[in-house]
Amino acid sequence: MHPAPSVIVFTTLSGLGFGLLFFLGLGMPAARGMVAFVFYAIAFGLAVGGLLASTLHLGRPERAWKAFSQWRSSWLSREGCCAVAALLTMAVHAISAIFFDHPLALVGIAGAVLSVGTVFTTSMIYTQLKTVPRWNMFPLTPALFLTLSLAGGALLAGQDGQAIWLLILAGGTLLAYWYQGDSAFSDSGTTLATATGLGGRGEVRAFEPPHTGSNYLLREMVHQVGRKHSRRLRWIGFTLAIIVPLLCLLIPVTGLALKHSLAAVAVLAHMVGVACTRWLFFAEAEHVVGLYYGKR
Amino acid sequence: MTELPAATQRSMGLVIDLDTCVGCQACVISCKGWNTENYGAPLSDQDAYGAAPSGSFLNRVHSYEVQPEQGQAQLIHFPKSCLHCEDAPCVTVCPTGASYKRVEDGIVLVNESDCIGCGLCAWSCPYGARELDLAAGVMKKCTLCVDRIYNENLPEEDRIPTCVRSCPSGARHFGDLGDPDSEVSALVADRGGMDLMPEMGTRPVNKYLPPRPKDRLAGNNPQDIDLLAPLLSPVATDAAGFLGWLDRALDKLPGGER
Repeated sequence: MHPAPSVIVFTTLSGLGFGLLFFLGLGMPAARGMVAFVFYAIAFGLAVGGLLASTLHLGRPERAWKAFSQWRSSWLSREGCCAVAALLTMAVHAISAIFFDHPLALVGIAGAVLSVGTVFTTSMIYTQLKTVPRWNMFPLTPALFLTLSLAGGALLAGQDGQAIWLLILAGGTLLAYWYQGDSAFSDSGTTLATATGLGGRGEVRAFEPPHTGSNYLLREMVHQVGRKHSRRLRWIGFTLAIIVPLLCLLIPVTGLALKHSLAAVAVLAHMVGVACTRWLFFAEAEHVVGLYYGKR
Repeated sequence: MTELPAATQRSMGLVIDLDTCVGCQACVISCKGWNTENYGAPLSDQDAYGAAPSGSFLNRVHSYEVQPEQGQAQLIHFPKSCLHCEDAPCVTVCPTGASYKRVEDGIVLVNESDCIGCGLCAWSCPYGARELDLAAGVMKKCTLCVDRIYNENLPEEDRIPTCVRSCPSGARHFGDLGDPDSEVSALVADRGGMDLMPEMGTRPVNKYLPPRPKDRLAGNNPQDIDLLAPLLSPVATDAAGFLGWLDRALDKLPGGER
């Protein structure tokens, strides 16, 4: 699949933002006043920035509001509804914490649940697609999005204790996702033989494509650049997203300045690492339509 | 709206005969023409006269080579357009309700004034039936020529999809596949019509008729295949006259056949 920068930025940033909102909603930390303002500014900046980035890949972004209507059947619509509900609920929580010094616990819990729900609905947009076997792995794909979002949220919220365990969990999920994903296409049983229905007659080979140039399908779904670097990018992404933040958390240091700079390194490394794995999430995903073109 | 109907009154669709398709691309061109000039946003081209032209098409013809374990390879031309699936994943993923499957005839359509061009329906389609038009920013797909088949301004013989109308080899058939007594259903039953990627669970309405087995040479004896063969036995086994002399003379040169 074509790794559209807008979608990578969106899933990476909004995942982190909603992860942070989850912890803020649960009162971890129970910030008030200016401290709360900074936390919420970061969380809303990431979540809203990500959502805005996601509208950049639309053909007709001015009609994006229509996407709230089909929540009964569409995961994309559910994501939009859930995101707006989470942001509005957490806005109430933020205002009461920042300006009235009075966090509303129940509103915070509701906002936390909706924030996690938003990340889950995002993951289901990809998980539901049978046409992309590497994504069509329930519950591994949602688990990947959720653990990375919560680990990043814990890092941003300064919840070191939770962050360590969530990073280990996210790392394990990432490895499991890669391991199972590598055989997902062949496990799906879809081949050029089933695609053409001609498999029973002999070995099918794509002889001539329908046209000499490229087309929307090939550009969007048969993206092959970068797959050859997948091993190296997996190492880079895993190191930056999981190992570097873990080391930053586990190295015993004294002094607030050093501790804060290590935390900043952990957060930045994690963000770049997650963006890297998210790039692979798209670049490595193979759509079955490529079979019709003798490609994957 | 993007929930699929529990049942459709009719299941209009195509039956494509892989035995008779000659890969002439007439259906591709007539589809592009009709659907550019009629319903909805035109099918645009990008860089049409430049170095890397590309464009939106609702119907494309692939060609595949099938190599059996024994015998000669066969070339099969393979037209592919929307299969108007019973369980169309492209409909249920649509966030705006722009994609829908009609109850009255089962045609899957896009309401272009509601489409936001997110592309998720194209991702969900295993057949590559949907293409985002880069000029209009909305999703394009086969409409089964919904603006022809009910169009009373057209002569009756033209009230079929333009790909069917233009096919010179009769490889495309249009009708109600939900009616077991229809001509297309009879064709499917007779020829063993098949679904593409049945494992995807989309339950396509369109069916493909597999190629018939090719005639084979029965043996090495030419009489087995040609009644006229005994009458057409070679008149002269040895060349005579000038050619005969040349044949013998060349054979006498070094390396010749003695």
